[in-house]
Amino acid sequence: MTDQVAEKQVIPVDHVIIRFAGDSGDGMQLTGDRFTSETAGLGNDLSTLPDFPAEIRAPAGTLPGVSAFQLQFADHDIMTPGDRPDVLVAMNPAALKSNIGLLKPGGDLIVNTDEFTKRSLEKVGYSGNPLEDDSLSAYNVHPVGLTSMTVEALKEFPLSKKDAERAKNMFALGMLCWLYSRPTDGTRVFLKSKFGKNPDILGANIAALEAGWSFGETTEAFSVRYEVKPAPMKAGTYRNIHGNLALAYGLVAASDRSGLPIFLGTYPITPASDILHELSKLKKFGITTFQAEDEIAGVGAAIGASYGGSLGITTTSGPGVALKSEAIGLAVTLEIPLLIIDVQRGGPSTGLPTKTEQSDLLQAMFGRNGEAPVPIVAPQSPSDCFDAAIEAARIAVQYRTPVFLLSDGYLANGSEPWSIPDVDSLPTFEANFATELNHTNEDGTQEFWPYLRDAETLARPWAIPGTPGLEHRIGGIEKADGRGNISYDPDNHDKMVRLRQAKVDGIAASIAPLAVEDPDGDARVLIIGWGSTYGPIGAACRVARKNGVKVAQAHLRHLNPFPTNTAEVLRSYDRVIVPEMNLGQLALLLRGKFLVDAIGYNQVRGLPFTSDELVGVITNVASSL
Amino acid sequence: MTSIDLPFPALALVPKTDEKQSAKDFKSDQEVRWCPGCGDYSILSTVQGFMPELGLKKENIVFISGIGCSSRFPYYMNTYGLHSIHGRAPAIATGLAVTRPDLSVWVVTGDGDALSIGGNHLIHALRRNVNLKILLFNNRIYGLTKGQYSPTSETGKITKSTPQGSVDYSFNPVSLALGAEATFVARSVDSDRKHLSEVLRRAAAHEGTALVEILQNCNIFNDGAWEALKDNETGPQNVIRLEDGQPIRFGANGEKVVIRSKNGHIEVADAAAVSESDVIVYDSRTEDPGLAFAISRLSDSHSLTDTAIGVFRDVQRPSYDRLVREQMAEAAAGGPGDLQSLINGKDNWQIG
Repeated sequence: MTDQVAEKQVIPVDHVIIRFAGDSGDGMQLTGDRFTSETAGLGNDLSTLPDFPAEIRAPAGTLPGVSAFQLQFADHDIMTPGDRPDVLVAMNPAALKSNIGLLKPGGDLIVNTDEFTKRSLEKVGYSGNPLEDDSLSAYNVHPVGLTSMTVEALKEFPLSKKDAERAKNMFALGMLCWLYSRPTDGTRVFLKSKFGKNPDILGANIAALEAGWSFGETTEAFSVRYEVKPAPMKAGTYRNIHGNLALAYGLVAASDRSGLPIFLGTYPITPASDILHELSKLKKFGITTFQAEDEIAGVGAAIGASYGGSLGITTTSGPGVALKSEAIGLAVTLEIPLLIIDVQRGGPSTGLPTKTEQSDLLQAMFGRNGEAPVPIVAPQSPSDCFDAAIEAARIAVQYRTPVFLLSDGYLANGSEPWSIPDVDSLPTFEANFATELNHTNEDGTQEFWPYLRDAETLARPWAIPGTPGLEHRIGGIEKADGRGNISYDPDNHDKMVRLRQAKVDGIAASIAPLAVEDPDGDARVLIIGWGSTYGPIGAACRVARKNGVKVAQAHLRHLNPFPTNTAEVLRSYDRVIVPEMNLGQLALLLRGKFLVDAIGYNQVRGLPFTSDELVGVITNVASSL
Repeated sequence: MTSIDLPFPALALVPKTDEKQSAKDFKSDQEVRWCPGCGDYSILSTVQGFMPELGLKKENIVFISGIGCSSRFPYYMNTYGLHSIHGRAPAIATGLAVTRPDLSVWVVTGDGDALSIGGNHLIHALRRNVNLKILLFNNRIYGLTKGQYSPTSETGKITKSTPQGSVDYSFNPVSLALGAEATFVARSVDSDRKHLSEVLRRAAAHEGTALVEILQNCNIFNDGAWEALKDNETGPQNVIRLEDGQPIRFGANGEKVVIRSKNGHIEVADAAAVSESDVIVYDSRTEDPGLAFAISRLSDSHSLTDTAIGVFRDVQRPSYDRLVREQMAEAAAGGPGDLQSLINGKDNWQIG
């Protein structure tokens, strides 16, 4: 094998963006995942973007059924899955039609010619075969009979033609691994664990993988192969990780570092369900998962568990938050810890279940009856979901409050290499359950007052059932300051509303100030974002600076309360740009709170920003000064 | 009576008290704010009087409620208490019961709270068999919102929101619970302290969800709703008292019996016209809920004739929380999880 490899020229490149596109049943996500794993193992920096439909299997060969997976890998630090692919693998005409617009001019287009039948072409509205006219002349087309070669390679296996055809994604993977000098060892191990019980299917998949590799070596369709050297990274142990998995692990870590058992009360919803799947496997960490009858019961049970001294968590997406709102308000007034994890998706209503958006910020901020402030934390990259989950849990426990963690579909399903932390280096925080009476009456008798607050944090005591002498009754009705009994007193209500707000505002004292990245130190334009836009904004800033445009970047992890220096940072710049995957929700908050003339750049296409478009925005704003 | 001798000791994990308790110990310092004459007073008094029988540490007892008149109940119990949001008490109590086997968890709810806005949570708690005791105060009206019809109001009822009479068909809470395959279903009456105490005793002993419907009078908005069952004259004519091992016989002089009819259904018959061997002998521990359901259907929602009270069903099925704990114990059998090894995963690589 190696002799033959040497026959083809190996061209070093610094980065590559590949997009796999096929039918929902073609296994594109698996192919992408496997290619990613092999790439991660080589030490490249990488970033991935799965882009799939909500339908599980839309009719084969149709545009709605197209599922894609994009990844960028590089020999240097990168921040996004890339704007436009260098290579597009199109498994059928539908995949070609819906993705060709993304491919860079001059890019490599690998097409599965077997699927370009008259019927398949007509199904997606092609009048002729684009492989036979000059419509693809801008690209470097590699026509490959992926299906037929897979079937041919598997003819010795006792499989139906249909089953053999299903291995074509492994053929494609083998071919791409050859083309980009990736190993296939990890995939072999993976296939063994997946199909170990079915030797024919296992053998067929491995044979298809090998056939794809060999085809790359021998075919004239590819005259060269490429190599991307490892990226320099700081020393450590790394793994590739998806946002939802990092988030689940962050919750386990929060439990470990606080000593509080986790109770997850939840209801399945895209794109949050993977957190439930993951945690349900981790019972040996003392984690209880409860798949409730609905969203409301999910959060309700989490509140009940928190009342009993667990860290109650609920995971959901925007429509679920809407259903949970009343219960979240209850947790606000009960002042008990609760984590609400909202993996945002396109809205309103059912919206775009599998596509990303940042449009629940104002729902998290204000979506409850009454004055019901809830702290908000947002992760900025897939691996950052780990740290953000711990931070959200810390606030919930220390301040006895529900906390929103706003992830999104892009973070949830995207992946990147993660420098795995040493568990001992993670922050700790304690529940400090109440065990003693805390109020002395004038006559010297002592009582327990459930709403006597800590002077510093304004947090109230967390007295859990089973604690002798502290029996008390609380609920959703307004409570008397301190004593906690029902109170309809006007002044008391005014005081309690302000106290709850002051408690949440006071969290700012416990968070890091907003950091600004401005390499030259004299930028007059600030670009500020939150959540998953960190990668595209950061990548855009790098390009803009390379082009000579001065720009400062800040990114908010805490959206309620904002860091204490936020006003100062915003007022230090002549222009403030706020790119968001919504119609200007953070911009509205910044304008309202800080009277700053924030310039919104907004897009709700279900996809992350491209850094290209953000470079344009930065350049335009900078040149207006 | 401080111990309960049953194969599934529902309270086995709840710490027992060494102190002698009385009803007074369970009275909180809060002024009771129900309307004078409300049936809730007698239920509260019965529950407070019954609690010492359990012999549990007071701090290990929790009352959780939703919204409505009945849901103010926790404020008046000197235990831990949580007055939550409308309809959601079973969900909240589920989270608590699953994570805290050392607690005796009681849910107090009403016909609107449990059967209308919270219907979903109720049926799911029942099917799961979470270790909760649910006391459903049924007064067939919305009291706290001042007099609209409820899901148990009879068809045709004229209320503030149904000036021409309700066109809704009503729920029978016992039938509903049996349909959801609840393992313990009973019905009692607010004013019958002895009967209610006995039903509570059996509910407390039951592992899993116990649903106790308590027929309760709202003297302001639906006064006399259950009078046909409570009145000294009509009561004995209408009320079927279910007792395990006893033939189902009722009426002022035991002149009515429940028998199996030829078509396989059951019916009320004149005792004199049938032989004693035809009379159904009741057993709440029968696995099949068919007979219990059939008896629950005898009751006429308007006239209340042939309304059974007592324990309809009391069967054993491992509780949800027990099964959850068993799975957790099984998962932890090889030792607790190691966080570092978890996050390291299998596919990792070293740099530097």
